[in-house]
Amino acid sequence: MPIKKSRKIDIYAMTWRLPIIIWQLLFFVGPVIFMIAMSFFLVKNYRMMEAFEFINWSKMFSKNYFWDSYFYTITIASISTILAMVLAFPASFALAFKASEQMRRWAIFLLIIPFFTSYLVRTFSWFVILSEKGVVNALLGYIGLGPFTMLNTNFGTLVGYLTLTLPLVVILQTVTMANIDRTLIEAARNLGCKPLSTIWKVIIPLSKTGLIVAAIFCFILSFGDFVAPFYLGGSQEPTLPILILDTTKSGQQWPRAAVVAIVMMITLFSVAFIGIALAYRKKASK
Amino acid sequence: MNSNRILNIVLAAYVGVIFTFIFAPILFSVIFSFNSQRFPTIPLGNFSTEWYVKILNDPDIWQAALNSLIVSSSTAVIATILGFCTAYSDFRYNFRFKGPYLALILLPPTIPLIIMALAMLAWLSKLGMSGQLWSIVFAHSVLTAPFAMAIIRLRLNQMDPDLESASWNLGGSEWATMRYVIIPFCKPAIISGLCLAAAVSFDEFAISWFVSGLNKTLPVVILEIVQGNIDPQVNAIGTFVFLISMSLVILAQIFFVYRQMKSTNT
Repeated sequence: MPIKKSRKIDIYAMTWRLPIIIWQLLFFVGPVIFMIAMSFFLVKNYRMMEAFEFINWSKMFSKNYFWDSYFYTITIASISTILAMVLAFPASFALAFKASEQMRRWAIFLLIIPFFTSYLVRTFSWFVILSEKGVVNALLGYIGLGPFTMLNTNFGTLVGYLTLTLPLVVILQTVTMANIDRTLIEAARNLGCKPLSTIWKVIIPLSKTGLIVAAIFCFILSFGDFVAPFYLGGSQEPTLPILILDTTKSGQQWPRAAVVAIVMMITLFSVAFIGIALAYRKKASK
Repeated sequence: MNSNRILNIVLAAYVGVIFTFIFAPILFSVIFSFNSQRFPTIPLGNFSTEWYVKILNDPDIWQAALNSLIVSSSTAVIATILGFCTAYSDFRYNFRFKGPYLALILLPPTIPLIIMALAMLAWLSKLGMSGQLWSIVFAHSVLTAPFAMAIIRLRLNQMDPDLESASWNLGGSEWATMRYVIIPFCKPAIISGLCLAAAVSFDEFAISWFVSGLNKTLPVVILEIVQGNIDPQVNAIGTFVFLISMSLVILAQIFFVYRQMKSTNT
């Protein structure tokens, strides 16, 4: 609905347009830019001094533990992403193609619930469930297995990540696949395509965009979470978020924490950018 | 056909396994909160309301609950106002830099909370505004405004654009049209937006932990207890927080989804 407007400032339009601009400049753009500036500040006698030095960057980049932590975080976040995507797929497939409309709506409603329950409490719950004498080991004990050490291992961290990401991934995958035009799938079947290759050759390519978006979100969530690696992984190998936490909370090394945060943001933006480029890439003609 | 049947059963069982994994921690947290054992396991101990009695008698927890209430309700109001303004601007106007404009509101939830927390802490300390309840509200409103905006924008999509023009033709000013046509039309979405923003804010712990200083909210108290050791009080607080968040979400659903269905059916 195009509406012709005179050139002078339209007070009505600005009343609705400006609040968010001012607010986000103050409390979103401001903080992020300040954090970038802060990465060049100096810390002397536990006090931050405004400056423009590269010392924090060179200090962090020369530390082995920073790079170890960086690659560890990328690796475990990638594993978590792949696991979540693979584990969720059959469930999403069932919800998208086998369940009725009504059931699907209920399933999605149920899957929204976890977003509004404290992730901390859920993690604590896993901590108790997975502990040496916890529920899982007690159940395994009945069939003569275990006990297994699950806390303070990568397994623990991954359980935490999956708790965070699985609901979102199942929702996104289900919605994407449910929106595929059914006639295309039937056409493939009628033309003699076997069920499994229908999944590979029809369903996955058609839902590529949604699947990639799900994977990106999954990676962002795992990469940025400090709770699972801290409580369930025992932070034996600290991830970048734990590094930020330690650097900020103990000792006033905020500038170095800012360096880590900026590296994380650049990494996430690159991953998101590559993912989106892949998702919307025009299909090469075959 | 028979193999198809087996496949369906296997798939259904698999969905069950995934849902069990997702809901096990929530379910167990509620069960443990009524369990007498300090280190809960199977077989379960006796039914007990010990942990609830404990938290109800703890003045720190009451204070934290009050803080959480203040923060989440203030956040909800600010976020919903911001969300409404942005949703309406997006609905009604086309202007230059609209892409970056929308990115400005939609981006914050995609940035890891720990990074937002660090940036907020540094910035608010610089401005001399950290360590107060208001500091959390500022940060949370940035985080939750997109949710409110999305829901109100969806509602505006259902509005016939001619409705606005009709009101103008009948002599209503733009402001009167906003007051008597658009806001009433968006009311269910505005209420859902309020509830959702409040629910997200009520659960958020990373930013609150960094910027709150001594004014702790409930999730921050949980965080600090969890750091200490295994203490089933966490389950009791968690169950309580869960009930509040869920009521908010269900209210949001009732106001939004239900109305939505009604208006699409008729």
